[in-house]
Amino acid sequence: MNSLLAAIPLSYFSEFPQKFYDAFIEKNRYQYIVDGLGNTLKITFFAIIIGIVLGTIVALIKTAHTDNPKKLRISNAICTFYLTVIRGTPIIVQLMIMWYIVFQWSTNRIAAAILAFGINSGAYVAEIIRGGIQSVDKGQVEAGRSLGLNQRDTMVKIVFPQALKNVLPAIGNEFIALVKETSVAGYIAIQDLTKGGDTIRSITYDAFTPLLAVAAIYLLIVVGLTTLLGKLERRLHRSDYR
Amino acid sequence: MITVKNLRKTFHTLNGDLDVLNGINQNIEKGEKVVIVGPSGSGKSTFLRCLNLLEQPTNGEVWFEGTQINVPDCNINQLRQKMGMVFQHFNLFPHLTVLQNITLAPVTLKLKTQQEAEQGAMQLLERIGLADKAKAYPVQLSGGQKQRIAIVRALAMNPDVMLFDEPTSALDPEMVGEVLQVMKELAAEGMTMVVVTHEMGFAREVATRVLFMDNGQVLEEAEPQEFFEHPKNARLQDFLSKVL
Repeated sequence: MNSLLAAIPLSYFSEFPQKFYDAFIEKNRYQYIVDGLGNTLKITFFAIIIGIVLGTIVALIKTAHTDNPKKLRISNAICTFYLTVIRGTPIIVQLMIMWYIVFQWSTNRIAAAILAFGINSGAYVAEIIRGGIQSVDKGQVEAGRSLGLNQRDTMVKIVFPQALKNVLPAIGNEFIALVKETSVAGYIAIQDLTKGGDTIRSITYDAFTPLLAVAAIYLLIVVGLTTLLGKLERRLHRSDYR
Repeated sequence: MITVKNLRKTFHTLNGDLDVLNGINQNIEKGEKVVIVGPSGSGKSTFLRCLNLLEQPTNGEVWFEGTQINVPDCNINQLRQKMGMVFQHFNLFPHLTVLQNITLAPVTLKLKTQQEAEQGAMQLLERIGLADKAKAYPVQLSGGQKQRIAIVRALAMNPDVMLFDEPTSALDPEMVGEVLQVMKELAAEGMTMVVVTHEMGFAREVATRVLFMDNGQVLEEAEPQEFFEHPKNARLQDFLSKVL
């Protein structure tokens, strides 16, 4: 703590009101933060949705293939390829490939970022959900099937709800990581929250005020997300109380 | 009702092939209560699980109500609705309440409306004295209560036959009685039952026929009195001398 404070010139504290004014009030510079936050939230929100949908589909294909290796051979191969490539390359490279190659005839940077982060997240979500499905006791499937339910109903009504409950902490982790990962969106010139703070820094030559504000906002988002997930988890765990 | 012809099952394990069932021929009539006993690893559970195709037989035929079920174009989901099964470890759905456990299958399969299913479930629960547990989750129940609920869950489908796979083996001794009591009542009502168990008292009292299995074969079958008083097979005599 002492060393951190030592890095800040003492005069910073007496000059704080002026610095704050320069960073956020002067010429409505707070707008950089607000616009940036909007873009960050937009990218995160839609990337999470794409991640869940993609991850669930991939997880279901891979589990179905494991249960019966004759089924879904080609789909399974595609899924394995997807997981290998996405988890084996850096997100920044994927983001740039998406923007400079896939989106080269488009001007919609945000859409490119949403797609890149969503596809990236989907790979991690897929493995989390697959683990969750495998963690459910085989007897549950047998009980469902012995009652005459088909494979799909057994998965949807019996296995999946239990799997989801088991993986919620890990999924939450993934979403928290995703929020912060979007801070590299500036690489393809998106004005996200991080970039917004950095823009103010480059105007005022004061790094502390805008960047600490940006850090605080990320922290708030993550704390909010954690609270939300905690509530969901408590609801799903209703059936565990004696 | 159930006919089994030359049933064989081989498990492919890392240590080579394991022949669990070596040619079983059985015919189970409507209303019969067949109890299967035998040492661990004799194939009794596998035999039972082949009857509703939880295990796919390697060879042979399984017929249920005039249909061969171990052929690819058989709609096994349809037939399983008529074959209730009760498991050693209950396999209640932990994320659902007792009532939801019972109504899930009939409602999902559109055999009953939610309301009809709940009415039926409550009647069944009252019969076993657990109506007050309708809103409870499985984790809140004792082992004996769970198994009785599991039996009721299978009964909610109005099955023609009930398969029991060691229903009391995972229970505390003092809970065995309440589960056997439900099974006895079920037997008295004329339900066709196939029971794998180590409860010799139950076999003696309820069974119309007792099978002794070892090494994937039925070595002896007889009415309970004959079975327990005058066992012919040497392996069975040895088995009975240890368990009785």
